Amino acid sequence: MSDLLQPLPRWIDVGVIPVLNVSMAMIVSSILLLVVGIEPVEAVTIMLHGAFGYDEGIGYTLYYATNFVFTGLAVAIAFHAGLFNIGGEGQAYIGGLGVGLAMLLLDSSMPAFLLLPIALIMAALFGGAWALIPAYLQAYRGSHIVITTIMFNFIASAIMVYLMVNVLIMPGQQSPQTREFAESAQLPFMHEVFAWFGVNISQSPLNLSIVWAVICCIGLWLFIWRSRWGYETRAVGFNEKAAVYGGINPKRVVLISMCISGALAGFVGFNEISGVHHRLILNFTAGYGFTGIAVSLMGRNHPVGIVLASLLFGMLYQGGAELAFEVPTVTREMVVAIQGFVILFSGALAYMSTPFLTRLYNRWK
Amino acid sequence: MKLLHKLATASTILMLSSAALAVDIKPAVVFDMGGKFDKSFNQGVYDGVERFKTETGISYREFEVTNEAQREQAIRKMAQRGLSPIIGVGFAQGPAIEKVASEYPNLKFTIIDSVVDLPNVQSVVFKEHEGSFLVGILAAMSSKTGKVGYIGGMDIPMIRAFGCGYAQGVKMADPSIEVIQNMTGTTPTAWNDPGRGAELSRGQFDRGVDIIYAAAGGTGVGVYQAAKDAGKMAIGVDSNQNHIHPGTMLTSMLKRVDVAAYNSYKAAYEGNWKAGIHVLGLKEDGVGWALDEHNASMITDAMKAKVEQARADVISGKIKVHDYRSNNACDI
Repeated sequence: MSDLLQPLPRWIDVGVIPVLNVSMAMIVSSILLLVVGIEPVEAVTIMLHGAFGYDEGIGYTLYYATNFVFTGLAVAIAFHAGLFNIGGEGQAYIGGLGVGLAMLLLDSSMPAFLLLPIALIMAALFGGAWALIPAYLQAYRGSHIVITTIMFNFIASAIMVYLMVNVLIMPGQQSPQTREFAESAQLPFMHEVFAWFGVNISQSPLNLSIVWAVICCIGLWLFIWRSRWGYETRAVGFNEKAAVYGGINPKRVVLISMCISGALAGFVGFNEISGVHHRLILNFTAGYGFTGIAVSLMGRNHPVGIVLASLLFGMLYQGGAELAFEVPTVTREMVVAIQGFVILFSGALAYMSTPFLTRLYNRWK
Repeated sequence: MKLLHKLATASTILMLSSAALAVDIKPAVVFDMGGKFDKSFNQGVYDGVERFKTETGISYREFEVTNEAQREQAIRKMAQRGLSPIIGVGFAQGPAIEKVASEYPNLKFTIIDSVVDLPNVQSVVFKEHEGSFLVGILAAMSSKTGKVGYIGGMDIPMIRAFGCGYAQGVKMADPSIEVIQNMTGTTPTAWNDPGRGAELSRGQFDRGVDIIYAAAGGTGVGVYQAAKDAGKMAIGVDSNQNHIHPGTMLTSMLKRVDVAAYNSYKAAYEGNWKAGIHVLGLKEDGVGWALDEHNASMITDAMKAKVEQARADVISGKIKVHDYRSNNACDI
């Protein structure tokens, strides 16, 4: 029966289904809010206003979105090669380590126009190298990449704690953090950039790395759909055996796509360390690597979709914080629950409504 | 109905007039990642501000952060609304408090477990090593196997300072006793991993340890349970945890963050709030050991005498307890 049905057109798949999924998440969240005794409409208004209603809120939303774009793109490129990179968290962590080490070493002797590109390259190099090891193990030793990347998250965390507690810590200091980088190693905040042009906006962690995130989106689109390597990547992702028949070396594809994936995740370190904290600290990745998986799934592994999904998750993070701040009865656990519903419906249950919609579409067509 | 109205008005006026004696304050608190119900550090602050609320009827504004970027954001939001004093819980909030406090020089800020050198910031730090030193003495005197254990939470200098003070106490009471130390983990989940806490405890018991001091937040719950199951002993931390398993809990190392939080609000309320560094050690009763009806039977008179003597010696300066954080090393 169902094989007689026509598949859904693209506009429903990428347009209607995500909206439907978010709506379902919102309905379930509303029930949760009602149970606790909060007006859902009011809650959503607060969230939207907190995320997009004033310049500081927009700044935070875009700052979160920047991280999600990096990790979302990282998951997407691996996904196109048929790989599931769960190691974004660790790759971002190590990418940040690369940035931190380079800046601590060089910031006294170099000007900003040299330091910032170095930071960018270090983030990519370290993040990419951290992904290369699981990629090698997958390609040449058959260790499954899901397992190895998860384990590499823990190794990254352990390395960072060891270095921060024993080696890099600023002496006479309670919390494990390094000294602050020199001014020249700090990526300008957007409120500083705007101030150069005489425009005053409120402070937020949003910095110039958002420009780099946009460049990465365009670059990844060109790579996947307009380059030979991208073609090879997609070929391996669709059908590895067919790709081999077509003269493609899947081992090489695994290595290249994972390195790019790791480098993209590493840019979270660039955003956080060069752009926001200006020093190496622990746990700056804050789960962005894992959320990137949901972002990529929701964005259908396409840069445009990832940007939209990142904005949604940025809104959830910033609006959620605003909600917890404004309404004392909303605990942070409830905010996490609402975020969880969105991830559940748009990530894990992404195609739940497809069979139903397909039947509906075929009847009304 | 009218009478009721009058009564209500009268009582309002009464309340207003009594409040007029004190300064009208709008306090706020920003809890850290552990959350206000972590049964340990953050909850201590929560208890303190709740006590202030019930005593004065002044409510406070609160926020629990979930990631690094939110600390500064939350503190700044509190400041934008003119709330004061604003309490930042934990050393991780130090840089954020520093930044926001310099932007709002007219507001009062209190940071717990860190030092921020600004004219409008009150920094409250504790000499955890002194309190740990005392419970180390008690552990050494209670041990029958000649081995005692320490389980820390996340591996950071402060938690090493707990362990270092403890080891010094043990060695002072009996140099032949061996101290076995373990850290729960390297990420913040180490603060809330009772399963792993229990696992580490069983490992230490197998190596002959018969009493474990846990400075690990929520992880400690697992340590205490494992000690109870194995018929060994444990020492609590931060708040008085003696009541959790009477007969198993030898004592608790008290770190009075509740007092620090309460005092900040109270002082602002009474108009005598002072900025500067407040170091709370044994002398200031900021740290100590817990003796109550739950562990009275386990503490002999000899132990009590010895630990009180040590306490007096530390206060007088006769005994110097080395602080791991002073040189990032524990040389005992």
